[in-house]
Amino acid sequence: MYRGILMRLSQAVPVLLIFAVMVFMLMHLLPGDPALAIAGPEASAEAVEVIREQLGLNRPILVQLLEWFSHLAVGNFGESLMLKQSVVSAVVERLPVTLSLSLVSLVITLPAGILLGVVAAYWRSSWIDASVMVVALLGVSLPGFWVGLLSVLFFSVHLGWFPPSGYAPLDETGLVAWLASLIQPAVVLALFQIGFLARITRSAMLDVLDQDFIRTARAKGVDEWTTLAKHAFRNTLIPVVTVLGITLSLLIGGSVVIEQVFALPGIGRLIVQGIMNRDYPLVQGTMLLFGFAFVVINILVDIIYTLVDPRVRYG
Amino acid sequence: MGEAVLLASGEAIAARRRFRVLRKLLHHRSFMIGFIVVAVMVVAALAAPLTGIDPDGMRFRARFRPPQGAFLFGTDQFGRDLLTRTLYGAQLSLWIGLSVAVLSGVFGAAIGVLSAQYRQLDSPLMRVMDALMAAPAILLAIGLGAALGPQTHSVIIALAVAYIPRTARIVRSSALVTRELEFIEAAQVSGASSVRIMFRHLLPNAAGPLLVQSTFVFAYAILAEAALSFLGIGPPPPAPSWGNIIAEGRSYAVQAWWIMLFPGFAISLAALGMNLLGDGLRDVLDPRLKVES
Amino acid sequence: MAAADNTTPLLAVDDLTVRFRTDEGWMTAVDRVSLAVGEGEALGIVGESGSGKSVTALSILRLHAAATTRMPTGRIMYGGRDMLGLSTREMRTIRGGEIAMIFQDPMSSLNPVLTIADQIGESLRLHQGLDQATARRRAVELLELVRIPDAARRVDEYPHRLSGGMRQRVMIAIAIACRPKLLIADEPTTALDVTIQAQILDLLRDLQTELGMSVILITHDMGVIAEFARRVMVMYAGRVVETSPVSALFRRPVHPYTDGLLAAIPKLDVDVRRLPAIPGSIPDPTAVIPGCRYSPRCPIVEETCRREAPELLAAGPEREARCPPRVAALAVERVA
Repeated sequence: MYRGILMRLSQAVPVLLIFAVMVFMLMHLLPGDPALAIAGPEASAEAVEVIREQLGLNRPILVQLLEWFSHLAVGNFGESLMLKQSVVSAVVERLPVTLSLSLVSLVITLPAGILLGVVAAYWRSSWIDASVMVVALLGVSLPGFWVGLLSVLFFSVHLGWFPPSGYAPLDETGLVAWLASLIQPAVVLALFQIGFLARITRSAMLDVLDQDFIRTARAKGVDEWTTLAKHAFRNTLIPVVTVLGITLSLLIGGSVVIEQVFALPGIGRLIVQGIMNRDYPLVQGTMLLFGFAFVVINILVDIIYTLVDPRVRYG
Repeated sequence: MGEAVLLASGEAIAARRRFRVLRKLLHHRSFMIGFIVVAVMVVAALAAPLTGIDPDGMRFRARFRPPQGAFLFGTDQFGRDLLTRTLYGAQLSLWIGLSVAVLSGVFGAAIGVLSAQYRQLDSPLMRVMDALMAAPAILLAIGLGAALGPQTHSVIIALAVAYIPRTARIVRSSALVTRELEFIEAAQVSGASSVRIMFRHLLPNAAGPLLVQSTFVFAYAILAEAALSFLGIGPPPPAPSWGNIIAEGRSYAVQAWWIMLFPGFAISLAALGMNLLGDGLRDVLDPRLKVES
Repeated sequence: MAAADNTTPLLAVDDLTVRFRTDEGWMTAVDRVSLAVGEGEALGIVGESGSGKSVTALSILRLHAAATTRMPTGRIMYGGRDMLGLSTREMRTIRGGEIAMIFQDPMSSLNPVLTIADQIGESLRLHQGLDQATARRRAVELLELVRIPDAARRVDEYPHRLSGGMRQRVMIAIAIACRPKLLIADEPTTALDVTIQAQILDLLRDLQTELGMSVILITHDMGVIAEFARRVMVMYAGRVVETSPVSALFRRPVHPYTDGLLAAIPKLDVDVRRLPAIPGSIPDPTAVIPGCRYSPRCPIVEETCRREAPELLAAGPEREARCPPRVAALAVERVA
């Protein structure tokens, strides 16, 4: 098992290296001169030149790249220009917000998506199936940010149930306020994932229900509920786990937009601010941290996979 | 005789198969609903000039008109007609969606087939695809879109790049399966070039999954473009992109809810139509992933 | 002489019709089939794929999807009751408890994510109320009974670690776990290698005598019938075309379809590649064939065969066949 994980990690190294180079190149394409942006429009040409010198922007791009890598090697992800703060500390500051949002959203998504898919598959071709599929289809078709805006209009402005925006930290304001600040964005964020997961689960479940071993279970005299919960469900989880990585990717991607709608000071908002302010070290560093996070997530998904499917075990 | 007869009958079978696929599609409920929705959207987009109103034309006396009478969708903070803007927005969105679907389809197919055919290309190409998938697609598109500047074509390129990896993977796995089939070996033995094998065998056999994937990419692209515009990384204002209209209407949401309501419906409807179309195509063309309607 | 004749049979299927809903409408898979199995008897059902033999078998335990299946005629009598009228709860106590079934493909018939112990033990816990530990101990005994070496270790493994033959033994262990009165074996050897086939058949026969159960064995292979069954029923296109004691059938088949099946048995001294197969194929179940369903393929077809649907006719002691020309010829012979 450990060897398998080590192997996966070693495969991830070239991927991360390529990703790092791509992020670096990407940010050097950014329009506008970062030095000019930092110095401000009134700065003299000399002042801009000094900043350029400080940032090393006047050196060849390859030298800059190597320097960046050597910093990365010691865990230095760079300094944000606009925040005058290290990227790592900026990310760490905002991490609780994004993690809280993702976690609450995932806690809603997983049971709802899987349950809807199973229910639809079990009553296939019935009105239950049809309604679940319409809901799932709406989930993957409605733009989250728009649903979020409408939701704020209705639940926060009209009904006054939830705060329209902002984040209430768990350790300062308590559980209720924390949840109240997150429930709306988390549900909106979950809609797409629920739709996606329900559709995947349904087709996986339909496949499993057609398998011979389901017939074997019935021939043994196993009741419908046990057939479904014990024999079919665990097999359904196998393909569902394989898309868990994609689900998490969609979740994090969606949170970038949703944080913007609900003014949640998370990592997504940090990245968008960085882009708006041409704070390329910040964007570079944050993107790279995202990449690392995803490599780790995908390895975790692989490990979960081996727990669910006895046929795949690391040697 | 042999060959000619075989070829002729092979073509007849292919033609009959195409006919059967068409007939199945015509009887597929979600495909037909999706088809009608998308067709209506296309017609509406093309009919945009028929309103006879300039989408960017400002009329300060007609600001914030609720939807009624002459302004079916109401007007915005500059008195621009929202119906006209939403219709022109459809042109923009469908154009972006189509371009992204085609570009990611073409490049994804090329990368997928190349890595299946040339073993030495497989590993480097796939590592690059993995790297592109290391960040969520929308995040990659945000970064790329920002880097390329707020323009329609940078949105197209950003989204296409973001969706290439998955398409490439799908085409590659289909092509790898095809390569194992006997007739490829026969073709190789009879001296067919790699190019011929790729174009005559690997690509046509991946066409079904490719078309299905591209249809879904179309739907994702419409949603993602709206999100990018909303974040200010889309086609620059005053372009009547749906995301832009919503972003602009956001500040007036309480007084003039209609500004952001109708473009949102339009986005939903377009994505819904493409998703239904994709579901139908998948059921008919890709029986492995059969999802009964 | 046979138990089936002078006492009530263990199971009697009477005039059963099974129809399925398909994309092209309702189609009849089994058409007015009757059969009876006595206690301790081994009945063989033989036919090509599409003959309705597996459908008949699955109908006995009502394992078809209810939504797409109709049984417009027929009764399935077991223990004095018509199983078609039982509630699903009553049906479940019979399934696996009194009537058990094994299937063709042992590779896909076992659940890949559950251990062997769990899959055998499930029946025991369900029907005999055993606890987890006792069920596991019983599972080891059952694995030994079906001659799986190293049973104590194998019992905790997952199915993918076992070979096809071993998996079929596990399926048999599951089936006999609760000492059923009747075992339905649907093509139990078809998916296996020839040497393994013989071992599985030996095992089934030994278990049948040891446990005293009745067996319905379904196969397309007359050779398997010869090895295993005492009485045989030949099915073609959803209908019974001949029933007979096995010995009599092999000595003198009545129906021309049976001729064809017997000719298809591989013989050791004949080149296997030049096996005589019956020309043509089983008709599409939605196709309308007036007269005898076998007439399009029949070598001795007569004009009336194409017009009139034949009935099952008595053709000797314990024998019936659905071929009027042959039955008539046989009668003439016997008189002469």
